[in-house]
Amino acid sequence: MATATVAATAPLSNGFLLRRGPNEGAKSARGLQWTKNHRQSPSSRRFGAAVITAKFDLKPPPYPLNALEPHMSANTLSFHWGKHHRAYVDNLNKQIVGTELEAKSLEDIVIQTYNNGDLLPPFNNAAQIWNHDFFWESMKPGGGGKPSGELLKLIERDFGSFEKLCEELRAAAATQFGSGWAWLAFNPRPSDGKELLVVKSPNAVNPLVLGYIPLLTIDVWEHAYYLDYQNRRPDYISIFMEKLVSWDAVSAKLEVAKAQAA
Amino acid sequence: MAAAATISPPCALLSYQGLRGALVSTRTFQSAKNQRQCGRAVAAPISAKFDLKPPPYPLDALEPHMSRDTISYHWGKHHRGYVENLNMQIVGTDLDGMSLEDIIILSYNKGDILPSFNNAAQIWNHDFFWESMVPNGGGKPSGDLLELIERDFGSFEKFSAKFRSAASTQFGSGWVWLAYKANRLNVGNAINPRPSDEDKKLVVVKSPNAVNPLVWDYLPLLTIDLWEFHLFTESSS
Repeated sequence: MATATVAATAPLSNGFLLRRGPNEGAKSARGLQWTKNHRQSPSSRRFGAAVITAKFDLKPPPYPLNALEPHMSANTLSFHWGKHHRAYVDNLNKQIVGTELEAKSLEDIVIQTYNNGDLLPPFNNAAQIWNHDFFWESMKPGGGGKPSGELLKLIERDFGSFEKLCEELRAAAATQFGSGWAWLAFNPRPSDGKELLVVKSPNAVNPLVLGYIPLLTIDVWEHAYYLDYQNRRPDYISIFMEKLVSWDAVSAKLEVAKAQAA
Repeated sequence: MAAAATISPPCALLSYQGLRGALVSTRTFQSAKNQRQCGRAVAAPISAKFDLKPPPYPLDALEPHMSRDTISYHWGKHHRGYVENLNMQIVGTDLDGMSLEDIIILSYNKGDILPSFNNAAQIWNHDFFWESMVPNGGGKPSGDLLELIERDFGSFEKFSAKFRSAASTQFGSGWVWLAYKANRLNVGNAINPRPSDEDKKLVVVKSPNAVNPLVWDYLPLLTIDLWEFHLFTESSS
């Protein structure tokens, strides 16, 4: 198997789990966004008298549904977010009610139900919620262009050049057979000194389960591009890179990732 | 899952008879129809490309249930793409000259799939999918098929429910199959050393991406394509 993430023999680092901890939802890589848009950090519930059941919400993209036109249509967003993403949220909420997962953050549910590759039922829904939240943030109206600053420096250090990164990302996205994702991710403990890497993953799998910190993703499930590009996945990938990708968001996530790794 | 040990050369389709009993005629016919002629294998080696086989009905024949647009993309672009890509992949290799089914089993490589698998299997799967449908299809099966369905699922309705449930729970891209396996035991692809007609069992199985039941030594009877795209040219998801 070609993909790094499918080789689930890479054990999830205990150090990674300890740093995050089950009750540190508010301190996760997603930072402020987490407490704002998802459930309150579990620590706040401990002070309550009774246990409350808290559901996950369907978080909207950080721009109107038509804001990515003409590169990604409002029609696509309306199905992709309004139906697919919504269904993952509704289904996960149903799956976790009355179970121990109910008190956990989304990231903790993802990692726990990944179960070293022997997926438990909530994994697909939980990971797909996380992946889609992240995907909307990976894009912005008027996106594209080049990264700068610290991010560009690291890209040039670990890939040789921005162009080589783009090539690798496009190739990963184009060659993920069937449904899946392509990622730029940060490895907090690289054995070869390269902190940035491109990975592709099938179905709902994401780099969190390997202990990497995702920085950017492109969704290559057919529902992401079929309405606008039909079977022309390479065209979709090109437009994503040239007109949609938000390097600002990637830079911000890199800053958080480095701070956590330090 | 390990692939079947027996890989028959293209001309030896008749050798299946000993293992498969009653269904051999169906499979032989289908294989002969879909693949290259046996005769070519004994002539001088020629590089023979696979053709894009059309559905056995006009592209609008399944309206309104499956639109002409859907079939025109699904067959005309996706299925065609797999054919063109496989032909490019096998030229000048030892896969050139093999039957499609043999390429599939070889390149499945016991699960550690080789590059030509996805294209080869998707060609086979799509040829099979078009044949799984017919204008004004639906209704109920009859004869031997109905008897076996009732024996192995309890009733046609129970089989239907199981098939639909499998189709709606395949996560990601893939296929759902009604297949015939030469072993009534509930063990994957075990080969019964003393097969009889009584042993053969119908099963509903799901497979991801391009995988199909041939690689488990099952005989596919029916399939439904669950890759997302062909839903998108109809209406909503």
